[in-house]
Amino acid sequence: MSLAKRIIPCLDVRDGRVVKGVKFVDIRDAGDPVEVARRYDQEGADEITFLDITASSDDRETIVHVVERVANEVFIPLTVGGGIRSVADVQRMLNAGADKVAINTAAVFNPEFVKEASDRVGSQCIVVAIDAKKVSAEGEPDRWEIFTHGGRKETGLDAVEWAKKMADYGAGEILVTSMDRDGTKIGFDLELTSAIAEAVPVPVIASGGVGNLDHLADGILKGKADAVLAASIFHFAEHTVGEAKQKMAEHGIEVRL
Amino acid sequence: MSLIAVVDYGMGNLRSVSKALEHVASSDQKVIVTSDPADIAAADHVVFPGQGAARDCMLELKQRGLIEPVLKAAREKPFFGICMGMQVLLSHSKENNGVDCMGLYKGEVRFFGTAFAENKIDQKSELLKIPHMGWNQVHQTQSHPMWDGVEQDRRFYFVHSYYVAPEDKSIAAGVTDFGINFVSAIARDNVFATQFHPEKSAADGLQLLENFTRWNGKIN
Repeated sequence: MSLAKRIIPCLDVRDGRVVKGVKFVDIRDAGDPVEVARRYDQEGADEITFLDITASSDDRETIVHVVERVANEVFIPLTVGGGIRSVADVQRMLNAGADKVAINTAAVFNPEFVKEASDRVGSQCIVVAIDAKKVSAEGEPDRWEIFTHGGRKETGLDAVEWAKKMADYGAGEILVTSMDRDGTKIGFDLELTSAIAEAVPVPVIASGGVGNLDHLADGILKGKADAVLAASIFHFAEHTVGEAKQKMAEHGIEVRL
Repeated sequence: MSLIAVVDYGMGNLRSVSKALEHVASSDQKVIVTSDPADIAAADHVVFPGQGAARDCMLELKQRGLIEPVLKAAREKPFFGICMGMQVLLSHSKENNGVDCMGLYKGEVRFFGTAFAENKIDQKSELLKIPHMGWNQVHQTQSHPMWDGVEQDRRFYFVHSYYVAPEDKSIAAGVTDFGINFVSAIARDNVFATQFHPEKSAADGLQLLENFTRWNGKIN
């Protein structure tokens, strides 16, 4: 009897619709966020994460309404990320019904923002999302750095040190995405995930690269993550969240069934 | 029209709690979010949620003149404390270098990290992350109308770094393992309280909230 490992489907939302970019170009429509969220809830998702990829900041209100509509009928924890830049943004999302917000780029440009936000609303509401790429050469000790803008801009920040700093600054959870693996379907970067999971005292969510259900189990068993996040394998009915949980249970992982 | 009052003292978002209650309430019940003592006095059922730090919670409750109205409700009518709304019912919290709380129950609120150190539990090798976040099992330690329709050892959603340690162990209604075994639900007379969030705990959480809306505050 202990804490279950979590499965978190992630919905990329653009202009109020669920979409999933395949190799960042072909954006396929995957439905109404409320419908999709309800389905995931029924399948046994432990939480749901919404990533707002709306291009224009003028359309930010759209995601607020999406969160409100989902929160009115789906009673599991909801996280929202994408374009969260101020304490006001954080509060707007929480007031709309989100339980947590994921801060990504804004933390890199202004780490104090994480402190401010967690002081105001509590660490339990603040997830810091980090996008990391391996920068070490073959034969060198593993080293990853933080990248922003969908993996295009380097920052020179060491990913493990950055994760520790963000936990110190009040992040209640760290979402680790491998930019090398994102969209590849070959599995999480397990070395990256475990390096961060072992370095920080807060829960870690593994993300980026899931192509099959065994990858999810690997994220927990080898990546030492507390939760695993995946988008595309759940969207087009390749697998249900329930199947993912069965698979994890077969691997001896404690899950909520 | 029967009234369910959700006490608002500025600590955290109450939208989820009120929406979940509306979802399960019967048609003759009205859910209101309020910081008005008169509403709390008039309500048939009182829900006392809250998140954030103990010091801020107690400060807000005092500033809004809500300590007495809430304690009065907790002595008289069906009362449901959730998360911080459970913790501040005890006498003292170790959070923020020590904060005196409402004192409805003797006991204190402790930090998991301290408990792990005292019990020589290696947090790092066991990968016990604080906050205790996610779905954990609640072992029901007494039968209670609030548990109707909820099977033994079901999982509920938790997110917290401190836990209650009541002096009178008989008020425990549920316990949970997280490195240590801690009290995750308490029940005494017309009061039921949980460390976990029923409003975020899917079907079992909604069952608990529904049971509350039907509860007359009596154990038998």
